[in-house]
This record gives sequence, structure tokens and C-alpha cells, in this order.
Amino acid sequence: MFDLDRWHEIFITISRNKLRSFLTAFGVFWGIFMLIVLIGGGNGLGNLISGQVEGITTNSCYIWNGRTSEAYKGFRKGRWWTVSNRDIEIIKAKVKGIEEISPLVLPWTPAQDNAVRGEKKGTFSVQGTYPNFNKVYTHKMKFGRYLNDIDLQEHRKVCVIGSRVYEALFNRGEDPSGKDIRVDGVYYKVIGVGDGNEDMSFNGDPRETISIPFTVMQQLYNYGENVDMFAIMAKPNFAVSELQEQIETILKANHDIAPYDKQAINSFNVEARFQQIGSLLFGVNILAWIVGFGTLFAGIIGVSNIMMVTVRERTQEIGIRRALGAKPSSIMTQIMSESFIITAIAGFLGISFAVLILQMVDLGLDVSGSGATVFQISFITSVVAAFIIIILGTLAGLGPAFRAMKIKPIEALSEE
Amino acid sequence: MPTIIKLENINKTYYNGSPLHVLKGIDLEIHEGEFVSIMGASGSGKSTLLNILGILDNYDTGEYYLNNVLIKNLSETRAAYFRNKLIGFVFQSFNLISFKNALENVALPLYYQKTGRKTRNKIALEYLDRLGLKEWAYHMPNELSGGQKQRVAIARALISKPQIILADEPTGALDSKTSVEVLDLLKKVNETGMTMIIVTHESGIANQTNKIIRLKDGIIESIDDNSEHNFSSFGFQNIK
Ligand SMILES: Nc1ncnc2c1ncn2[C@@H]1O[C@H](COP(=O)(O)OP(=O)(O)OP(=O)(O)O)[C@@H](O)[C@H]1O
Ligand SMILES: [Mg+2]
Repeated sequence: MFDLDRWHEIFITISRNKLRSFLTAFGVFWGIFMLIVLIGGGNGLGNLISGQVEGITTNSCYIWNGRTSEAYKGFRKGRWWTVSNRDIEIIKAKVKGIEEISPLVLPWTPAQDNAVRGEKKGTFSVQGTYPNFNKVYTHKMKFGRYLNDIDLQEHRKVCVIGSRVYEALFNRGEDPSGKDIRVDGVYYKVIGVGDGNEDMSFNGDPRETISIPFTVMQQLYNYGENVDMFAIMAKPNFAVSELQEQIETILKANHDIAPYDKQAINSFNVEARFQQIGSLLFGVNILAWIVGFGTLFAGIIGVSNIMMVTVRERTQEIGIRRALGAKPSSIMTQIMSESFIITAIAGFLGISFAVLILQMVDLGLDVSGSGATVFQISFITSVVAAFIIIILGTLAGLGPAFRAMKIKPIEALSEE
Repeated sequence: MPTIIKLENINKTYYNGSPLHVLKGIDLEIHEGEFVSIMGASGSGKSTLLNILGILDNYDTGEYYLNNVLIKNLSETRAAYFRNKLIGFVFQSFNLISFKNALENVALPLYYQKTGRKTRNKIALEYLDRLGLKEWAYHMPNELSGGQKQRVAIARALISKPQIILADEPTGALDSKTSVEVLDLLKKVNETGMTMIIVTHESGIANQTNKIIRLKDGIIESIDDNSEHNFSSFGFQNIK
């Protein structure tokens, strides 16, 4: 029942000590504000990171050669070795649980202005890949397609270029498909262009990369049978790290590397790294909740304390009310309502302010105008927060209200 | 006139530190419409007795009938109901709520009767008008003189149309001229038929009442009829 009279009574008492009410309310305001901003921050961090890594298949790993760190079978330590096509075939045949294995050649540093088209030129890294690399790392295309099996079988001189390559070699809006570009002295036909929104990739920035068929590159760049690096992707239910171990055993046997050599083979396990990021984010979120709730709790305790002081100060007033016929329950609801009103108003302001701040951050981040929510909390979260505030506000008033209820009119009136 | 208050062998002991037996078997009967004063030395138990009559305090043994209802072991809620409906209090220290103006103070008992705000403010204004305080209705207590405050308190005690007014030294904080005014007011209220019990030290005040009860060390020493208002001829001027 909405009892206007009761609320009037409550507002009179709250506005009686404005500064105190304000300070009390501020504790709650700050608590819920911090809680929501921290939760939003934790979620936003997660969204930002997962936005960066969307195209990466997480159950994958990259493996490449290194230098031996142990002498073995008459070889000195510090020896370079190289992965070869044969290794790939053997691994493919022997290791169960590999969904895809995709060898890569990628010379580390490209020559100055290695990519040319007419007057236009630029320096871009070149990599030779298999079509299945598109499964390990999803290339988002703006035009055309990624490399396919026929490109490799027929040793076609075709290429897929990143968006920056397109910008450097083509006029804005120009149709690149079927056009030739010269890369390190050889002409390639452009069959696809990346859309420029690619996520970070382990092997360089895809926007500044020119991909050509693996077989073509191995031949033209005098790689022979050599492979710079290969990516594997595990079948569902297979752990990448287990496959990785089996692969390393095979590689060590093939290349006379000591089984106990820890440095001869380099690898990057995307899955493990993702688990790390995942648990880091989890930790950040937990921390956000703990700190946020701590602050909120301190605010609520503040309300409770202030209400306690208020009740003590108002002992005489409460005694008068009781002498005039106020029931204990009406005194109790009065105190509870006061604490409730203070927390509710401060709490809702805190929620609104936090949501506003998060919205502004999102608007600031949203350069492309997609209206995506990164930091903003969900509607459900804010409803839950509002509920928490209501419950905590009521609880905060409970102790003081009971104390007020216990006040005997006679004791209160004799207190001068 | 029917009996409104009946006390039978009321005993009250305070247990703060060493037990203090304050009321030692009080028997008393007060009829509707009576105008009674209670006198006695300081510490004789006058306020204690009045608080028991007003259900602000409870007693240990004996029986207290108010309007033929036994007032014993009442729940706080029920006690609140009786205080609100049957009893009006006037205190020496006025006990007005400092952050409410005169009108709101007077209207407060009606708030606890769930009377709407408009109605109760209208009634409160009528009562203030009757006590000559209409212009002061929207003043805060600290803007009023002692006599004005006490008149506001009397208006507050009257507004719920109680059956009894209990006043604990209502003139104790007032000068003699204002005391007379306040007492005249209480007298007029009594003339409308309301039972009135006043605790006082002043024989001049007691002499205005129709019955004088003298307490001494927790027992009733005497109950004297004073309808002739010739209290001084009893030779009690030296009380205290
Ligand atoms: N709440 C209490 N706890 C303990 N003792 C009390 C309490 N209230 C009163 N007393 C004691 O009981 C005795 C009677 O007190 P009471 O107030 O009834 O006296 P009184 O007749 O009204 O005195 P006065 O004329 O000074 O107002 C006093 O000795 C007082 O100290
Ligand atoms: Mg007294």
C-alpha cells in the first residue's frame, strides 16, 4: 500500500539532517557505482580480448625449428636443424588426433619495396601457405577467395593480399581481382583481398601480408624441401599439448636431437595461452566482484551505523511518538523505510551513473559505429544490482529498527 | 459518576542497583470527570504512579483497571492503542518534537489513528485556535514561549478526545502568571467532562483541583475533598 503520509513523514526526517543523509547516501552510491564499473570493466576486458582473437582456432599450435642445446649422437650442441616436407608427411601419418597440419614458409624480413604494381609499391611480408591454413586461422575476405588445392597442385602464381597491401598497390575502389602484382620479381594474379578487420595472428599482421601457394613459394624462394613452421589443429577431444609431445618426439628422432633437449624445438600453444588468458580474466572478474562488493558493503554498513546513531539521537522523539500512541511496528517500519529510501535513491543513482559512464566508454571505443557493447553491463545485471540494493538497504535498517522498537517510552521521556 | 480508574494494592520496585520499593500498595479510585491533584515530596513516587496510570510504565503486583479493563501484561501494540485512544499526556518539559511545527505536533496523535493529513491538520488548527495559538500554528517549538509550548502540548493531548488527561507538573517550568493561565485552561477542559489528574508541588495549583491525593514514601497518606477550594485552611502550605 502506498501511504503518502508515511513517506511524507520519512522525507521530513531524512531532510532534517541533510548533510548526514547525503554522506550516508554517498557511501552506498559509491559502493554500487564501483561494483558496476568494475564488473563492466572486467567484462569489457574479456570482450576486447575475445574480439581480438575471434578468428583464431584455439585448439591449435605452431611449431618451428631452433638450435639444439644438447650434444647428441656425435653432433655438437648449438646445431641448426630444419623441418622438411617429409616430417610433415610422417607426422600426418603417425600422429592420431590431428585435424589439420599446415606447413608454412615465411621469410622473416621482406626486401625493401618488394611488392610493385606499376608506379605503386610497398614492403610486405610474403608467406607460402596451404589452403587448410584458413582453418587454423580464419581469413576474413573482402573480395574473392583464399588459396585452394588446385592453386597448389598446378603451382598457380596467385596471391591473397591483406587490406593494407591493397591500399598500397591499388586505387581506392579499384577492382583487384585478376590483376597482376609483382612480388620479389615474380608476377602473381590477385584472387582475394582481406577485409582489414582480421584479428591478431601469430605469424604477422595479416593486413600487411601477401599469401601465395606453399608449393610455389618453396620452389621460387629456393626452400627445397624445407618448411619454416607448421601449424596443427587438434581434432575435437584431443588435447593440443599431447599432440605436440608426440610431434616433438617424432621430430627429435628424425633429426637426431636429444630426447631431453628442451630448446631445439620452438612452439606456441594457442590453447594453453588461451587458458591463461581465460583464467586471468576470471581472476580479474572475481577481483572486480570482491572489491565492488566490499565497497558496497562498507556503504551499507555506513547506513546501518548512521541509522543506529540516528535512533540513539532520536530516542526522545521516539518516546514521544510512543507515548502518543505509535505502535512499535510503526516505529520499526519508519526506521526501515528511512534506511530503505536512502539506500534505494543512492543505489539507483549509483547504478544509473555507472551505466552512463560505461555507455560513454563504449561510445568512445565504437569508432566504426556498430553500436557494439563492450563495457556496458547487461540489463539483467542492473536489475540484479537494483535488487541487491533493495535487499541490503532493508537489511541495513533492520538492526537500528529493532533498537528503535525496543525503546520504552518511559525511559525515553525521562531522558532530558 | 462511573469509575474510570481503579487501583488495587499496586506495588512497584525499581531494580537499578539496590532495589527501590517506590509504590508500596496503592489503592485508589477515580471517577469520570474528576479533577484530581497528586502531591507529595520529591521522590515520593508521584511520577511513577502517573506513568503507571498512563501505561507508560508497568507495575509489579496489584491490579489496575482502566475503563474496567485490567491493564496488566499488555502487548506493546495494545498499550499503544490505549495510550492513543484513552489517554492524553502533558509533561513538565512539554516534549514537543523539535523539528515539527506546532500544527504538526498537535496533529501527531491523529496520524497514529490513521486520520488523513488534511483532516488532521484542519482539526489541529481548530484546537490551536481554541487555545489562542492560531497565529503560531506554523512556528517551530523553539520559537514559542514556555506557556505557548505547554498550550501546544495540551492541544496535542486533547486532539484525540481522550477520557483522561494526565499532567506531570504541567506548570513546573512556567512562571506564576503563565501557570495560572495554563491551569485555567486545564480547568476548562475538565469542565467539558474530561477526567484530569495533575501532579504538582504547588499548593496553589492543587487548591484549584477538586480532590487532593497526598503521597508519602510510596503510600497514599491522605485523600482530601477540595471541592470548596479552601485548601489553605487545611494548613498544608508547608508541604515540601
Ligand atoms: N527508571 C527508574 N529507575 C530507578 N529508579 C527510579 C526510576 N524512576 C524513578 N526512580 C526512583 O523512584 C523514586 C520515585 O521517583 P518518582 O519520579 O516517582 O518521584 P516523584 O515523586 O515524581 O519526584 P519529583 O517530585 O522529584 O518528580 C525516586 O527515588 C527515583 O529516584
Ligand atoms: Mg516527578
